[in-house]
Amino acid sequence: MSKTLVEKIWDAHVVKSEEGFPDILYIDTHLIHEVTSPQAFDGLRKRGLPVFRPKQTVATADHNVPTLNQLLPIKEELSRYQVDMLTKNCAEFGIELYGLGHPFQGIVHVIGPELGITLPGKTMVCGDSHTSTHGAFGAIAFGIGTSQVEQVFATQCLLQSKPKTMKIEVNGELGPGVGAKDIILYIIAQISAAGGTGYFIEYAGSAIESLSMEARMTICNMSIEMGARGGLIAPDQTTFDYIKGREFAPAGEEWDKALAYWKTLYSDADARFDSVLTFDAADIAPMITYGTNPGMGMGIQEHIPATAAQPETEKVSYKKALDYMGFDDNASLIGKPIDYVFIGSCTNSRIEDLREVADFVKGKHKADNVTVWIVPGSKQVEQQAKNEGLDKIFEAAGFQLREPGCSACLGMNEDKIPAGKYCVSTSNRNFEGRQGQNARTLLASPLTAAAAAVTGKITDVREMLEKVEG
Amino acid sequence: MKKFTKLTSAVVPLNIENIDTDQIIPARFLKATTREGFGENLFRDWRYNGDNTPKPEFVMNNPTYSGQVLVAGKNFGCGSSREHAAWAIQDAGFDAVISSFFADIFKGNALNNGLLPIQVSDDFLAQIFKAVESNPKSALEVDLENQTVTIVETGAHESFEINPYKKSCLINGYDDIDFILAQTKLIEEFEQAK
Repeated sequence: MSKTLVEKIWDAHVVKSEEGFPDILYIDTHLIHEVTSPQAFDGLRKRGLPVFRPKQTVATADHNVPTLNQLLPIKEELSRYQVDMLTKNCAEFGIELYGLGHPFQGIVHVIGPELGITLPGKTMVCGDSHTSTHGAFGAIAFGIGTSQVEQVFATQCLLQSKPKTMKIEVNGELGPGVGAKDIILYIIAQISAAGGTGYFIEYAGSAIESLSMEARMTICNMSIEMGARGGLIAPDQTTFDYIKGREFAPAGEEWDKALAYWKTLYSDADARFDSVLTFDAADIAPMITYGTNPGMGMGIQEHIPATAAQPETEKVSYKKALDYMGFDDNASLIGKPIDYVFIGSCTNSRIEDLREVADFVKGKHKADNVTVWIVPGSKQVEQQAKNEGLDKIFEAAGFQLREPGCSACLGMNEDKIPAGKYCVSTSNRNFEGRQGQNARTLLASPLTAAAAAVTGKITDVREMLEKVEG
Repeated sequence: MKKFTKLTSAVVPLNIENIDTDQIIPARFLKATTREGFGENLFRDWRYNGDNTPKPEFVMNNPTYSGQVLVAGKNFGCGSSREHAAWAIQDAGFDAVISSFFADIFKGNALNNGLLPIQVSDDFLAQIFKAVESNPKSALEVDLENQTVTIVETGAHESFEINPYKKSCLINGYDDIDFILAQTKLIEEFEQAK
């Protein structure tokens, strides 16, 4: 019987399937961090259980960590306690920890791929909704709650019902200044912040196939922002080339064996999806969000849709969002002054993102009214950026290159956007208060964020590119 | 895990759509390492001003409204996987949440903690909001065994879906770990066959 990619991987991991019950799904790799694991470790202690497969569990500290002076003790007491707790728990239960000071430390969804832990065909979970990122390699990867973290600790399995499948095809060529972040913000704006709920999404089509692994990760990362538990892309030569030679990637005979298997990981030509959507890459412009959920996004030259045009039941919530942002119906955002630019998060903090920003800002300087933070996704990304001299370019442009962590994406550490201020952010959520109490977030691509940093206002980056080329 | 069978209660109405987990419990309150005490920070930034004084216009600060059932607009619980959202709602005294649509991870987290997420039609949700608007003490009856929710005053009712396995977990108060642990031998056999 023909199968989708999700079905192939899912079926290969079912320990038991019984009518009327969710499947018992085997989990190959469990990633953990300091925020969603302590209560799960406590649960194990209460039940008197060990971690069933500690070698299939990898830990890092990312959500709470400072992004300056990381080798000094964490100043904020509760953050320090939580990070210390992770260290103690990992030692007690025999789990490898890439904590502060370790050369592999970083955002959990950045280090998995760069260390060769994330591989095609795997099942992976983490107590973090952006676990969908790892789907870029053709893995089933999704976020779980803390009770489920405890479940995986205890059994290396999850009780999980098989998801419905959706295929999203993006075909054609992207225009200049348009990247992976714009593709995903465009899709979410089209289908809404709830449009993918209940589905696992397979991204396909020529525009997706042409993307680098970093760009594919950006796309899969934001699957959850349309409600989808996971998103994935069939592995191909781009995937294999990225993985080969990485720290924990298979090598030698193991590599050949793995590669032969990975090459079977695609949706069969006649496989049936529960839903199929098709988009044309040429329709996608640089995107920006204007509201308080990631579905409230538009092409940067467009005007904010009017409240009156919203469905009756949604008008109150829609107006509340625009009021929070300080925006009016039908307004254009072009030329709107901004205060902060944040380039980072598990969506856009990889070396390719930093290279793209550096390439754009080389020889330019940030506007006086803007504070710019660049927070690399991992120690390895930070080191690579320095090796390539990107740090010098950022410094000359007035951009601050900090140390790795989740940072201002959710402001659990001290990297918060002040109340009322506007931040063009390469992160994934523009929820009220996400980047700090009453902070106002505009989600965009690294390139659009860099353009805003230079001009001090919302800018169509294509106009700046044309000037360079012309 | 807490058992759930049946309850009759007035409701706390929150007629806003796309309520995300950052509103339910902002990230800065996720630093605790136990499951208790999150209720005081439930809807923190909607409930309190920056100086910690209550915002009188927020429904939870209005003594007219109380009850064990939270009723919210569609796509409730979107955003992060933080189970703290379910813990906070439960810790604030709620046993059920009603909406016309739930985000997946939130729904799973709620079920894993004995907090019942009830998905009703847009129309029935509107009826509940209307009933509460005309009488803030208007009660709902939630019957898990029969999978029904009833507006007591009008008798209007609707049935809701729930996975039969999760339903029996809630009624009996047992969790997934108990269930999977009984299958350890099968898991080991699966690993060897891989």
